[in-house]
Amino acid sequence: MSADPSPLAAKARRVGALIRKEGRQMLRDPSSFALGVVLPLMLILLFGYAMSLDVKHVPIAVVLDDPSSQGAEIAASFQLSSYFQTEVTRSMHQAQDEMLSGRIDAIVRVPADFARRAALGDAQVQVLVNGIDGNTARIVEAYAEAAVAQSGARLQAEGQASGVSGGQASVESQLWFNSANDSRYFLVPGLIVLIITLIGAFMTSMVVAREWERGTFEALFVTPVRTDEILLGKTVPYFLLGMVGVLLSMAAARFMFHVPIRGSLSVLIGVSMLYLLVSVATGLLISSSLKSQFLCSQVTLLVTFMPALMLSGFIYDLRSVPLGIRLASYLVPARFYVSLLQTLFLAGDVWSVIWPNGLILAVVAVALLALTRRATRKLLG
Amino acid sequence: MTESLRRILALIRKEILAIMKDARTRNMLLIQPVLQCLLFGYAATLDLNNVPYAVLDRDRSTASSALLAELDGSGVFHRVANLTEADQMKRLIDNQTVLLVLQIEPDFQRRLSAGDTTPIQVIADGRNSNTAGAALGYVNEAVDAFNADWRADHGLAAAPITVEPRAWYNANLETRWNLIPALVGTITLMSTLMLSALSVAREREEGTFDQLLVTPFRPAEIMAGKAIPAMMIGVVQATNALLVAQLWFRIPFAGSFVTLYVGLILFLFAAVGIGLFVSSLAATMQQAMLFAFVAIMPFSLLSGLTTPISSMPTVLQDFTLINPLRYAIDLVHRVYLEGAGLDRLVPDLWPMAIIAIVTLSAAAWMFRNRLE
Repeated sequence: MSADPSPLAAKARRVGALIRKEGRQMLRDPSSFALGVVLPLMLILLFGYAMSLDVKHVPIAVVLDDPSSQGAEIAASFQLSSYFQTEVTRSMHQAQDEMLSGRIDAIVRVPADFARRAALGDAQVQVLVNGIDGNTARIVEAYAEAAVAQSGARLQAEGQASGVSGGQASVESQLWFNSANDSRYFLVPGLIVLIITLIGAFMTSMVVAREWERGTFEALFVTPVRTDEILLGKTVPYFLLGMVGVLLSMAAARFMFHVPIRGSLSVLIGVSMLYLLVSVATGLLISSSLKSQFLCSQVTLLVTFMPALMLSGFIYDLRSVPLGIRLASYLVPARFYVSLLQTLFLAGDVWSVIWPNGLILAVVAVALLALTRRATRKLLG
Repeated sequence: MTESLRRILALIRKEILAIMKDARTRNMLLIQPVLQCLLFGYAATLDLNNVPYAVLDRDRSTASSALLAELDGSGVFHRVANLTEADQMKRLIDNQTVLLVLQIEPDFQRRLSAGDTTPIQVIADGRNSNTAGAALGYVNEAVDAFNADWRADHGLAAAPITVEPRAWYNANLETRWNLIPALVGTITLMSTLMLSALSVAREREEGTFDQLLVTPFRPAEIMAGKAIPAMMIGVVQATNALLVAQLWFRIPFAGSFVTLYVGLILFLFAAVGIGLFVSSLAATMQQAMLFAFVAIMPFSLLSGLTTPISSMPTVLQDFTLINPLRYAIDLVHRVYLEGAGLDRLVPDLWPMAIIAIVTLSAAAWMFRNRLE
């Protein structure tokens, strides 16, 4: 540290001037306003309302080859469920035709001898699902099994089906942190990760790449400002604009989608700032290395947004992917942030999760900024 | 007519050269679909195969170990801890060491032998409730298998009604079979929309658009010269993605390539139409890119790619009706996995045709009005 305050003061003045210039430029350009405010809002609304992995109103057909009351009981259990939009028909031919044309996703067939065989204790119900969307298909199958098992038990109790009930294990499950089993609880925090990635990396890389393309970045180099001062001048305004997006997303999560925040707000905002810094630094690094808007947009999407969507554990569980992909996921900073967000939103202040993940984010941020500084400086020579 | 065709061909050649002369852009456009398919094919799976769990077995009987053997043998679960006390559970779940904890009460075997329905408690980490729900589904399957064995071994009758499930088109319900064909549409939409949106904006920004205007080209010819190269690149990208699906992931192709490409080309007309419309609105490359991006996000989110359309709110379901990607994904799925022919695809084809006609004529109108 220098004892003489004047170089430091001059430095602060230069950085301040740059930040002011950068900030004004940002505020005057409608497209950066769009990126910083409109895009996060649009994404929150879209994701929040559109993305739901909860299966509801799946169109299905129940084919009743057996018009008995036992068969009707099975049909009713599907009609009453909010998972399905059930149409009851007598014609398998018609149902198959609808499945082929894509109007329904599953057929439940109660065969002609159903009531007779239920009385003997070996009746079958056929469930045909369209397997293209495997996730929905599996939920439909599981629900159908549960509904049929329930009807079976009821028929047994009424003496309309043979067999002894009881003597079996049943599963009593509790879902911690999300007892309502609402998929928004994890999709909305995940969405904050995507928004920060987009604002931080995409916006910064596009704006800086444009300066490189137009030559205004080089023009800055002939002024007395130093490289790290230029970088600081670029980082601060976009960081602040990004924070607006972060706070908007968090307010929406809390008040619009009613996702609980069980950890402390200050830790939540603290780690979000760290991740935003990582994103801004990534954007700066990409744009200083590529210097073309089209390339930057594609590369930024490919190395930041897509991995944040696919490899962060936001939707897809990382424990089930092949080892190579799992190792690659450790290179995705979003992975650590997703862990932090899911914990801080839904579980609370679990320090054994917060410390290691937060520390990694801090290290990555510093490393990326150092790399950017090198990339920018090298180009001067 | 031939004169006009010759001019369009010249424009196409110029455009392809402009895109392909930069090695980095070329690689980006050709390799990216392959990379994305590979990455997502492996990463994007909702199927679980390595769920860490812990067990608090207070019974330690033959019945409880038979149940645990069923879980361990399913290939889905991976036991990481045997607990002795209930207060060990919280820590393991909190720091994400395990996804599930199973708790078996001390009287498990006794009650089972007495013919009672005996509960097993399962606690799941709901931070990702979808994963947790899927894992609970697997636990239920394992418990059902255990019950069937137990009843058979103890001379009890089986359940009176059984379900005989069968899945069409994707018998093992693999996520990948759903995702990779869907990516064929998504990746081509992203690139062609971006390319066509940027190509006009770039010429505007660099001032070469004015030069084009003083040549004998008519506005329609300029538009065709911009649209066709983007579509050609789209076809190549779709082909690359299809090759990965068939040669790398070995997803069986049930339909006809002619049908598939007819559908894809119609889709590309719609994608390029949207791109050109966007570029007619934008003054700079940055704006064009931003507008394109703002269009791509809702198109890809509301297409059924990641989440089913049937579980969206009605307003958004209505919006998906003007989304060409929705029809393209459905079309590729149905040709690829079901082997559907053109007659069954009419509900997908005509909306894409309408979107293409509307956007292309809107873009043409905008260009003419800006040019003259």
